[in-house]
Amino acid sequence: MAFIPSPGPSWRFHGGLRLASHAAESIGQAVRPAALPARLIAPLQQHIGSPAKPVAQVGESVRKGQLLAQSDGYISAAVHAPSSGVIVAIEDRPIAHPSGLSAPCLILDTDGRDDWADALPPWPDYLSVAPVELRQRVRQAGIVGLGGAAFPTAVKLNPGANTQPRWLILNGAECEPYITCDDRLMRERAADLINGARIMSYILGVEEVLIGVEDNKPQAIEALQAALRGIDTRNPAIDLRPVPTIYPAGGEKQLIKVLTGLEVPTHGLPNEIGVVCQNVGTAVSVHDAVVHGRPLISRYVTVTGRGVAHPSVLDARIGTLVGELVQQCGGYTRQAERLIIGGPMMGFAIPDDQVPIVKGCNCILVAGADELAPSQPAMPCIRCGACADVCPADLLPQQLYWHARAKDLDKTQEYHLFDCIECGCCSAVCPSHIPLVQYYRFAKTEIAARERERQQSDVARRRHEFRLERLEREKQEKETKLRKRREALQNKEPPAAPKDSTQDAVAAAIARAKAKKAGQASTPPPTESQPVAKPDADTESAIISTDQDR
Amino acid sequence: MRFSTASSPHWFVGPSVSQLMRQVLYAMLPGLATLVWFFGWGVLLHVAIASGAALASEAVVLALRGKPLRLFLGDGSALVTAWLLAAALPAFSPWWITTLGVAFAIVIAKHLYGGLGYNPFNPAMVGYVVLLISFPLEMTTWPPVNPGVDFASSVQIIFSGHPAEHLADALSGATPLDAVKTQLGLGLGITEIINGPAFGLIGGQGWEWAAMAFLAGGLWLVMKRVAAWQIPAGMLGSLALLSGIFYALDPQAHASPWFHLLSFSSIYGAFFIATDPVTASTTPRGRLLFGAGVGALTYLIRCFGGYPDGVAFAVLLMNIAAPTIDYYTQPRVFGARRD
Ligand code: SF4
Ligand code: SF4
Repeated sequence: MAFIPSPGPSWRFHGGLRLASHAAESIGQAVRPAALPARLIAPLQQHIGSPAKPVAQVGESVRKGQLLAQSDGYISAAVHAPSSGVIVAIEDRPIAHPSGLSAPCLILDTDGRDDWADALPPWPDYLSVAPVELRQRVRQAGIVGLGGAAFPTAVKLNPGANTQPRWLILNGAECEPYITCDDRLMRERAADLINGARIMSYILGVEEVLIGVEDNKPQAIEALQAALRGIDTRNPAIDLRPVPTIYPAGGEKQLIKVLTGLEVPTHGLPNEIGVVCQNVGTAVSVHDAVVHGRPLISRYVTVTGRGVAHPSVLDARIGTLVGELVQQCGGYTRQAERLIIGGPMMGFAIPDDQVPIVKGCNCILVAGADELAPSQPAMPCIRCGACADVCPADLLPQQLYWHARAKDLDKTQEYHLFDCIECGCCSAVCPSHIPLVQYYRFAKTEIAARERERQQSDVARRRHEFRLERLEREKQEKETKLRKRREALQNKEPPAAPKDSTQDAVAAAIARAKAKKAGQASTPPPTESQPVAKPDADTESAIISTDQDR
Repeated sequence: MRFSTASSPHWFVGPSVSQLMRQVLYAMLPGLATLVWFFGWGVLLHVAIASGAALASEAVVLALRGKPLRLFLGDGSALVTAWLLAAALPAFSPWWITTLGVAFAIVIAKHLYGGLGYNPFNPAMVGYVVLLISFPLEMTTWPPVNPGVDFASSVQIIFSGHPAEHLADALSGATPLDAVKTQLGLGLGITEIINGPAFGLIGGQGWEWAAMAFLAGGLWLVMKRVAAWQIPAGMLGSLALLSGIFYALDPQAHASPWFHLLSFSSIYGAFFIATDPVTASTTPRGRLLFGAGVGALTYLIRCFGGYPDGVAFAVLLMNIAAPTIDYYTQPRVFGARRD
């Protein structure tokens, strides 16, 4: 196998782990198209941002690729019919979530014909189309980041009027052990991938494309090289760079560092340093959407682990149930112990396999007991620093843990809690088996909740201050009135001067009413304060009720 | 099919606490063997007594605190404390010295502060210092090299508490550092002292070999990443620097840097004592500073303090400073501006 020395410089990021790749299990054969299931379940939210808004009706017959739900807002993504059939329901269904959560889904019973809707116009010659239109196409096609984060791609392709990115980086460093779908994709669709990269560089107006591939994927590198050989790699300049296989080299910030030597600022985004980073699978989807007019309705999924009889990579429709994909790989073995969406480091375990895969789902890992961390009771932190040694964000996980455990949320932020990328390196090496990442997630949610509360209480406080202010104002107005009336009563003079008549007339009227009331009740004449007290109380309750209405 | 869930990561790739502790014990074996070779069976007996005392006091305290016995006894940390202390005790000191020291280390220095992971002071060194202050005579009476005491007599000496008549002479010696200190005090020059009968090639006879054996074990620990390299590097570095400066100023009044560096307690302290993770600094730069502090204090106490050796005091003093050092030596976070 020809091995290519890194053509450009390569930087290191701190820490990380050399992990066994476990690619061999599933990488053996070519990608198989998964069988068309009788029912597809497409969640309305498969991406970061607001859920898509359904446009298809229940009972409607739809064809493959037809728009079922459109993006709602700028950061959102459309959902298309993964096959032809009838929409039988739009309702809450269990989705792939650690707590077995349900969320709104489109339920499509397929008719087996699998025929395409009228496609969007194919644009093989994309250079003749304006970048804005191409971006619009990416948006229409419902493309999101396929590396796992599922951020709407069109948004990333629009870095803003006054930022001109310098690099487009394609992430071909598989994020985690076991996952092989990107490796397979690079081998099988290298030319489309590179075309997708060129389309995106055209949209962005960047002149340099860097493709980072981990050096444990020589065949993918070779395939990409072959694809690059036939084309002009000067404009844009396409640079294929093998990167050392150190987890998490596939993390966006880490890959950017390795390829450019630049660090995405804390709390910042890659485009602040002139980088747009996309997954290789996303590039292929962009190619399909632009060149063939096809929306994103399927993706490569690795189904692997000792709990699966025949691990492989499938080309699966979005909305296929996890359980069905496992069945198509020979079903579960006796070892099957834990069902994980994603890889062993960052993937989340789900309790049930009757949930659909979504656009961001790259791997179904059915781990055997011997593939998992043995469940051991956590011991106290011995401050060994192993966690800090491997932390790619250069944090002090042991200190973070200390403060997170003590629920000292301010301190956790002081120790840069929000720079933690939850890669799991620290937990994986902690000799005391402390579930560190779990503590950080907890602290992050607590802080988010606290922020919300603070905002709410801010609103409440402002409203309260406003109310006090108003009460004060009203009281003063009333006092003025009262004083005037008192003066009027003392003078025992009839309302005279027409100039300041209104108020005095009112005051006199009140005085008359008071006198009458007092007479009716045949009680001792009210002291000065009593008559005012009542209307005052009335106003107060009126104010309170309006406040509650609000 | 229902599956159990758990929070990611689902992998574990490092050694566990008990494995780490076991590695420390393994790393001590060559050094202990050398000590036995030069100073007799007493060393081994003390290791045994200390182990028993440590496990017993750990078990009692754990039971009192209502902690899971198997989990915490199995972590090996009590044994490590016991061995670390035992190797620092004179080979023929009476059994109750070891027992008392270990019990104090485990019960007071470790568990009174909250047990494993929570103790601010190095337990073995707390035990050592308490013994040194309470029983200065017993604690500074080292046998000379090859005391020629057989196993049975060793047992008898240690458990009766006072040596048999005919052995008394053979058992009063002093460590090389001790000798240098006293004899410098008597007005002798370094050259004369070092050429005295108790001294070998570089340091004390026998001691230098023990130091080498512990150095080997220590380097293995560093290689295995059980011990952080920054601590011994910092400690030996600052020790070499300070002793080098003073030696250059007046070589007759101050022992040479290599004498300081290769003395048993420097090596042992640098690789096995100061590297206790719980009580040392935990940031990379902090560890370098922590080590440097231990080295500097060790030198100052050795030369200007009241005790012949200062490693134990130096470590305890730096333990106090560790949290502060940690606070000021946080690493630059990924993406933070470089100033
Ligand atoms: S790895 Fe675990 S035991 Fe070691 S310092 Fe980090 S949290 Fe503490
Ligand atoms: S999970 Fe967070 S703290 Fe732990 S190693 Fe990764 S980035 Fe560092």
